[in-house]
Amino acid sequence: MADISSNFLGIKSPNPFWLASAPPTDKKFNVLRAFEAGWGGVVWKTLGSQVKNVSSRYSAVDFNGGRVMGFNNIELISDRPLHINLEEIAECIRLFPDRAMIVSLMADNDRKSWHELIKKVEDTGAHGFELNFGCPHGMTERGMGASVGQDPGIAKMVVEWVMEAASIPVITKLTPNVHSVVPTGKAVVEAGTNALSLINTIQSVTGIDLDTLVPNPYVAGKSVFGGYCGPAVKPIALKMLATISQDPVTSTVPISGIGGVSTWKDAVEFMLLGSSTVQVCTAVMKHGFRIIEDLCEGLNNWMDEKGFSTINDFIGKSVPTLTHWEDLDINYHHVAHINQDKCIHCGLCYIACEDTSHQSISLTYGKPYNTYAIKEEECVGCNLCQLICPVDKCITMVVQRKGDEYVNWKEWQKRGLPLNDH
Amino acid sequence: MAIANNRLTTEQYQQNFSDIHPPFVNKSAALVEANRCLFCYDAPCTKSCPTGINVPKFIKQITTDNIKGSAHTIFISNIFGGGCSRVCPVEKLCEGSCVYNLLEEEPIAIAKLQRYATDKAIEDKWKLFDRKPSNGKKVAVIGAGPAGLSCAHVLSREGTEVTVFEKESKGGGLMTYGIAAYKVTPQFCEEEVEYITSLGGIEIKYGQELGKNISLMDLQRDFDAVYLGIGVGVARQLDIPGEDLEGVVDAIRFIYDIRTKGYPAVTVGDKVAVIGMGMTAIDAATQAKRLGAKEVTLVYRRTEAEKPCTNVELDIAKLDGCEVIWLAAPKEVKGENGKVTQLVCSRMQLGELDTNGRRSPVNTGETFTLEVDMVIKAAGQVAFETLVSGELLQNNKGKILIDTNGATNIKGVYAGGDAVNGGKEVVDAVQAGKDGAKAILSYLENR
Repeated sequence: MADISSNFLGIKSPNPFWLASAPPTDKKFNVLRAFEAGWGGVVWKTLGSQVKNVSSRYSAVDFNGGRVMGFNNIELISDRPLHINLEEIAECIRLFPDRAMIVSLMADNDRKSWHELIKKVEDTGAHGFELNFGCPHGMTERGMGASVGQDPGIAKMVVEWVMEAASIPVITKLTPNVHSVVPTGKAVVEAGTNALSLINTIQSVTGIDLDTLVPNPYVAGKSVFGGYCGPAVKPIALKMLATISQDPVTSTVPISGIGGVSTWKDAVEFMLLGSSTVQVCTAVMKHGFRIIEDLCEGLNNWMDEKGFSTINDFIGKSVPTLTHWEDLDINYHHVAHINQDKCIHCGLCYIACEDTSHQSISLTYGKPYNTYAIKEEECVGCNLCQLICPVDKCITMVVQRKGDEYVNWKEWQKRGLPLNDH
Repeated sequence: MAIANNRLTTEQYQQNFSDIHPPFVNKSAALVEANRCLFCYDAPCTKSCPTGINVPKFIKQITTDNIKGSAHTIFISNIFGGGCSRVCPVEKLCEGSCVYNLLEEEPIAIAKLQRYATDKAIEDKWKLFDRKPSNGKKVAVIGAGPAGLSCAHVLSREGTEVTVFEKESKGGGLMTYGIAAYKVTPQFCEEEVEYITSLGGIEIKYGQELGKNISLMDLQRDFDAVYLGIGVGVARQLDIPGEDLEGVVDAIRFIYDIRTKGYPAVTVGDKVAVIGMGMTAIDAATQAKRLGAKEVTLVYRRTEAEKPCTNVELDIAKLDGCEVIWLAAPKEVKGENGKVTQLVCSRMQLGELDTNGRRSPVNTGETFTLEVDMVIKAAGQVAFETLVSGELLQNNKGKILIDTNGATNIKGVYAGGDAVNGGKEVVDAVQAGKDGAKAILSYLENR
């Protein structure tokens, strides 16, 4: 059995799975249930000045019969009285001392407010802070949340205030609603933050009700941009995470990865791109806390199969494999191959290639079943047919290098090698 | 032993004749199934449908909440898409070729999804088709069955005025009169005919029979073209002694009675033998059991390998408790006081291949006797030979001969469906009607 425990800046948890700052972590009732289910830690829903929420608050994007491929919210930070939150945080720490308790903060935009809030929260015994510089709605209008995270200068200033007062580790949570997360990431690392977490939610309109013609979520005939999360945002989150892991400044601090993590596989991917812990929200909002069981078991089995004894053995391992386009090996070439024994003759590979790619699949008419085969000389190895094929391992990509030597784009140009494949 | 009606309670009749393939209970259930569809290209299901319904398209349209579009996709290829979703032997057509079969997984429930879309259209009377401006032509269609009405619908859409002559008092043909009631109810058949004719331009004249009230010569005079969709009707005689005893009935008549008189009114024996193993034999056997017969035995002269019905159909009969005797041919019906008491059968064995490639049954000389009080003949139907010969139509034992264009030997007279093929599925007749309409339109245009 592998050791899946985590030590994030001295904050220990039995597994690297934390619940993200969100509705599931906004009170003792939920958090105790999460700890009982086995979650390694929580980031308590953001504390700050008092707010008032609206109804309704959520909307979602479904896909091909699956519910909640993407999820959207217009909820604000905690709308419960601060003293109750503080009492409950202390109680949860007392009942589950082996779990990580991080508290998300978003104070009013002045040094005094931050210092006061930090002092109060430290008194609960919390293990760390997460600074909410990412909330894309409601708080930004008051100069908080994403409006801090979108401006490296302001973010740096706030982190400096925080570091003056904090005696426990500080994680700064980055907003994805920027052209790059790196400038703000750099600014807050330089200001002393102990760690980074990303991504917060992405501004979105999830859809429009085609009867009322009002977008979702509906609030008395109106809607607003919300924060998008869930499986749909995972690829975007991974990309942003990778840029933080690659940057020489931001890669000096540990990262807690967030953004559409639903399964142990998703979690491993975040960790391979540099996350020391991962945070989950939408998946538990859809299924409840019980998903922690497979997150832990799946991670453990994978680590055993791969021979990793601790999570540190693989964190960041894939970062060096993400390179620049001009460094890719142009001599690498692979072509699709259809296993005729597995083919069910659905024709999906054919029509995708014929209509939208390189006309590299032949169709031999049959009634009712056509036969499809790859025209290797036409195939550019784009993967489209393999991605579309509904049968596991029916279409495989077979390596047929154009040359033994590694030749990248720069070298290709320098040598004046031929362009234009078709 | 006796033949009797009114054997069951109202509740029992209702239960026995309730829908054998119930529809989806709600939208969510339909969507679960519709979303399984892979949306194949040049789809095997479509290729296996005699009317070529674009199955992946109509299923996709269910998933996008475009049920009107879905129903239109079905009806443009098969205006009997509602009825066919209930009666088609899909296990050997669309669902039988679904690619999921190749993964050893359940095929998409195409018929059930087709019913989901078409039921909504028929219930809510969606107007999915418009007629083109009048082309000034008039066509007579004989027979308001699947072939005739399918032909009429295409003709009317193209602006032709169609008069349909039907000998019965209701339209739908064999769909209305010749199929097990647990597959399709008489009430649905009526609604379907009403929906088809709601297009306009189609007038059905009931109680009009070719050779009796109407003649081909009159129709040729009064109309620009004629389409014959008269079907087949006469049950094949067994030509054995005792065939005229009380208690020997033909399956067509038996099923007709069930569908027209109401279940309690139809008489059935205690012990029933059904001769044949086609779809009609199964429909007769299962319904005899469901009317309250104690024992029902299907008698077939070949083996299971040669049976004309599908496995699914045979399973229905077996699950209903019907017995099956393979390699047995009726030799004589015996009776007392003019009523059936026994069926004597010859034991057969398989011999040489016949012209259809099936091994022919050969009499072994051995016999056995079944104690029965009712014999239902379902050994196939024969075409209206006297009728079509009388109208001077070229035919093969009553099956009307047509050229590749659907035309008979008489100019302007076209034919299709069971009257031509001798009896196939409803869906084949629908396609024949479409083909006939296309040929007639081309004939009218070039005349």
